[in-house]
Amino acid sequence: MRRIYVNEEWCLGCHLCEYYCAFAQTGGASMALALKDKQINPRIHIEDAEKYDSKGAEVHFAVSCRHCVEPYCVKGCITGALSIKDGVIQIDQEKCIGCYTCVLSCPYGCVAPADDGKVMQKCELCLNTTSGEPQCAKNCPNAAIVYEDRG
Amino acid sequence: MYVIIGNSAAAIGAVEGIRQMDESSQIVIVSDEPHHTYSRPLISYLLLGKTNEQLMKYRPDTFYENNNVTLLAPHRVTAIDPTEKTISLSSESKINYDKLLVAAGSSPFVPPMTGLDTVEKKFSFMSLDDARALERAVDDQSRVLIIGAGLIGLKCAEGILGRVRSVAVVDLTDRILSSILDEKGAAIVRRHLESKGVSFKLGTSVDNFEVNRAALKNGEHVEFDALVLAVGVKPNTGLVKALEKDKPLVNRGIITDTKMRTGINDIFAAGDCAESFDISLEANRVLAVLPNAYMQGETAGINMAGGNAEFNKAMPLNAIGFFGCHVLTAGSYVGDKIERSEGETYRLFFAQDNLLKGFMLINSPNRAGIYTSLIREKTPLDNIAQMIFDDPSLAAFSRAERKSMLGVVRYA
Ligand SMILES: Cc1cc2nc3c(=O)[nH]c(=O)nc-3n(C[C@H](O)[C@H](O)[C@H](O)COP(=O)(O)OP(=O)(O)OC[C@H]3O[C@@H](n4cnc5c(N)ncnc54)[C@H](O)[C@@H]3O)c2cc1C
Ligand code: SF4
Repeated sequence: MRRIYVNEEWCLGCHLCEYYCAFAQTGGASMALALKDKQINPRIHIEDAEKYDSKGAEVHFAVSCRHCVEPYCVKGCITGALSIKDGVIQIDQEKCIGCYTCVLSCPYGCVAPADDGKVMQKCELCLNTTSGEPQCAKNCPNAAIVYEDRG
Repeated sequence: MYVIIGNSAAAIGAVEGIRQMDESSQIVIVSDEPHHTYSRPLISYLLLGKTNEQLMKYRPDTFYENNNVTLLAPHRVTAIDPTEKTISLSSESKINYDKLLVAAGSSPFVPPMTGLDTVEKKFSFMSLDDARALERAVDDQSRVLIIGAGLIGLKCAEGILGRVRSVAVVDLTDRILSSILDEKGAAIVRRHLESKGVSFKLGTSVDNFEVNRAALKNGEHVEFDALVLAVGVKPNTGLVKALEKDKPLVNRGIITDTKMRTGINDIFAAGDCAESFDISLEANRVLAVLPNAYMQGETAGINMAGGNAEFNKAMPLNAIGFFGCHVLTAGSYVGDKIERSEGETYRLFFAQDNLLKGFMLINSPNRAGIYTSLIREKTPLDNIAQMIFDDPSLAAFSRAERKSMLGVVRYA
């Protein structure tokens, strides 16, 4: 199955992926119009580490759902809102009651509250958006995020 | 034929485990609750109006049909015969099994209390029917008294508060949520609940009831219109206990190994009725939370169907919220404390032998699973930057470790 993978060495820390992620959720035609003056709440996050690697470069990398083969978030979900469909871990926000069990379960910190703070959201590979494929990977200027099949 | 006693998280985990190995053989579920499988923790959200009976179904309407499961409900299992390999139902019929799973959960524990029989409106808060009965019994003039300031009692308080005149909670312990919080943490959550209108009488218990009046041991009296008994739960072990001969099959819960086998061939147990090895405490205990119930059930199911699965990651995990105050705890509270608290935000960690053992987080839930994973995977703490206690991040890990987290297919 194709998943999102991160090449940390190539990440510039530009945070473009976060904007494309937030934009993909709006379904709009223009990023400028859709996100203007908005606080974005993307499903992918860049961690900008305040530390440096051995060559003295800053460390940045993107983190988003791994679509685990044995997902703790799904197994632990108390409502049945999280489920696996064709390998993709998805969330039914109507069923979610925001208990945070998935937040407590995910090893990578990849489930977080949606805008209203009452239900959770996570990366669903943009499959339910008009674009149909992950916009973070598609628009990463340095191939630091890729969408590919590694088994 | 696979037979499962119970129709809740552990049972559903078992069905999904069996179906990973065996797509077609028949599965029979026997349950004494007359409902489609539902999320037990959601009964308080039902009272709050945040869910409904359709949305709180733990699996879709088509679940039984799609998985070739026959649901026999409401039927109570009265006995297991491991020689004949049958179970008996209260209707006096018998069902044969090849592999049996006991996923019977737990029942409310009600200690003897003087005068309890004089109380007309008294309830447990364990099931959908309990929640419906309580809902019917109260109105906006009702005064509700809850005995027990544990998870279930307080979830009931949250659920019912907006529908009634007042809610008072009595507990013998001098703090709330005593099984998962220390004094300081409990005080934060208590203040929050009090600010919403719940009142507490702690460090005391009921001396006697007289119709709708409770006399407390500290001399106070509480008048009430409805009483909720949420003192504790006890694992439903009776069916297996009855089979005990020379070797013990039950401690506090049904004894299981990491494959969820009991001491009797072809009988498995999972969920709140079972006892399993807590990796954070390194001892056996009942871990009565839903994620464990599901994962134990799934493990049992895979093994019942001839697979080879082990559940060796069990530990306490609690994510519980009250009116927007989120309390997340995991593991065991042993070893040295590391605290990063501020105001009403509580962050306390426990470390021992270079391993994270447990934590309590109040009003600071984000990315908490990164900590859970440190306990679960027994990650040596000296390989991780200490800043992780301030802020859960993957940046605290080495680059090599991160590569294996973000660059390969993850099995967990
Ligand atoms: C109000 C409340 C809130 C909770 N909140 C949370 C939470 O936020 N997070 C969390 O992780 N956990 C929570 N829990 C705990 C969680 O509900 C349990 O851990 C979980 O339901 C255990 O699942 P189980 O399948 O082991 O057993 P159960 O859900 O207890 O189901 C067992 C079933 O077996 C049936 N049964 C028993 N004996 C027989 C018999 N002889 N014949 C036929 N049927 C039988 C029972 O009637 C029951 O339907 C909460 C519990 C309650 C009551
Ligand atoms: S949310 Fe976390 S646990 Fe769930 S599939 Fe994604 S990475 Fe895995």
